[in-house]
Amino acid sequence: MKNYTIQTHNLSKEYNGEAVLKEINLQLERGRIHAIIGPSGVGKSVLLRLLNLLEEPTSGEIHFDGKALRENNRLNLHRRMTLVFQKPVLFNTSVYENVAYGLKVRGENRSSILEKVKKALKVVGLKGYEHKRARDLSGGEKQRVAIARAMVLEPEILFLDEPTSDLDPRNVAIIEELIKYINGEFKTTIVIATHNMFQARRLAHEASFLFEGRIIESGNAQEIFTSPKDRRILRFIKGKMIF
Amino acid sequence: MGYILTGLKEAVHLLFSFDRGTYTIIFLSLRISGTAVLLASCLGIPLGALVGLHRFPGRGIITTILNTCFALPTVVVGLFVYLLLSHRGPLGMLGLLYTPGAMITAQTILATPIIGALSLVAVKGVDPAITKSAISLGATKVQTTLTVLREARVAILAALIAGFGRVITEIGAAMIVGGNIKGTTRVMSTAIALETGKGRFELALALGIILLAVAFLINAGLYYLQRIRE
Repeated sequence: MKNYTIQTHNLSKEYNGEAVLKEINLQLERGRIHAIIGPSGVGKSVLLRLLNLLEEPTSGEIHFDGKALRENNRLNLHRRMTLVFQKPVLFNTSVYENVAYGLKVRGENRSSILEKVKKALKVVGLKGYEHKRARDLSGGEKQRVAIARAMVLEPEILFLDEPTSDLDPRNVAIIEELIKYINGEFKTTIVIATHNMFQARRLAHEASFLFEGRIIESGNAQEIFTSPKDRRILRFIKGKMIF
Repeated sequence: MGYILTGLKEAVHLLFSFDRGTYTIIFLSLRISGTAVLLASCLGIPLGALVGLHRFPGRGIITTILNTCFALPTVVVGLFVYLLLSHRGPLGMLGLLYTPGAMITAQTILATPIIGALSLVAVKGVDPAITKSAISLGATKVQTTLTVLREARVAILAALIAGFGRVITEIGAAMIVGGNIKGTTRVMSTAIALETGKGRFELALALGIILLAVAFLINAGLYYLQRIRE
C-alpha cells in the first residue's frame, strides 16, 4: 500500500467567480519527487499555494497523512512543509539571517542554528556568504539562499514553484542537483511546479499534467513522458502547444 | 536688523556657555516629547500593523479615523486633555494638570494617529510575498507581523520622526495643559512664544536654533539609516 503524505479531494479555486483550478484530485507519495507540469498560467502556482495552506480553496479538501485539514494543527502543518517561490522572496537582511529565519521562529538554540546554516550554505555553494546582504546577490544566488533556507528546516514536504525559470544553465544545473540532494539526503517529498518538460523528466518520479485548471493525466513520470494517454500532453511534449 | 543680530549672538552665547536655564528647557522638551513618542509608538505601531495586515469588520472606519486624527488641532487636544484632567474632570483626582504628565498625555494623543497612520502605510508597502514567505517558513501570526514590521523599519522610523516633529514643535496643547511653568512645564515651543511676547529675542532665538538643530540631526540620522539600508 502506498504511503501518501498529501491527498486532495475535488480541490477547486475561483478568483472573482472565475475558476482557476477545477476538482483537483492528487495523491502525493511520501519521499518522491512530483512534478506538476503544464503551460504557463494554468494554475500550477495556485495549486502549490493551496497545498502549502497559503490560500483557501473555494471547495474541496486537502488531507495530510490521511487526516482532513480541520483535524490538524495549522501551525504544525506549516512547520512540516515549506514553499520556495518562483521569484525568490528574501528578507531585507543578511544571508545568514535569511537562512536562519525558519529555525529562529521554531525557537532553536543559537549554536544549532549556526551549525545548520553554515552546513546549508556550504551545500548550496555559498560558503562565506553569511554576512552579505541577501538582496545584493544575483538571481541564481538568491534562489540558492531560498533553497538553503528551506533545506535547513529539513521539511517533510518541499514545494518548489518554477525554481529555475529565470536562471542561466549553470544555476539551473546547480539547483537541480540540490533538489536531488534534498530528496536523497532527507527523504523529503518534493513537489515541483514547472513548465519545463525536460526538467520534469530529469527530476521527477511522478508527474501530473495540469491543463486549463484540471489534472488531465497523473502517474509515473517516465510513462507520461514516453507514452502519454492524452493527446494534449503529446502536443505539449512535441512543443506544439502554444503557451 | 540690529536687534536680530544681537539676538543671534546672544543665542550662540547661551548655547555655548551651557546656560542652565536654557538647557533645562531643552532637556525637558526632549524628555516630554521623547516619552510621548515612545508611548505613541507602543500604541500606533501595533494599531497600524493590525489595520494594515489583517481584515476585520471596522477596519475601514479605523483607517478613516486615523487619517482624520492625523491633522488634529493641538489646541483641541489641549482642551480635551484639560477637561479630562481638571479638578472637575473625570481624571482630576490624578492631579496631573500643569505637570509634564499632562503634557505627555496630550502629546501622546497627538502623535499616536500620525505614527499609526504612517505605520499602516509602511506595512502595506511591504511586498505581500514576504508575509506568505514567513508563514511558509513556519512563523506564527505574531512572528509574521514582526517580520513585516522589520521589513518596513525605515518607513516606521520615518513615522516616529514625523510624530516627534509634530509634538516637539506644538504649542497649543503644551500651553493649555502644561501652563508654561518655569522649570516644570516650560518647553522650547512655549518658551519661544513667551520670550518673543516679552521682546526678549535672545532666548527665543537660542531655542529656535536648538529646535532646528534637533530637526536637522534627526533627519540627518534618518538619511544615514536609509543610505546604509539601500
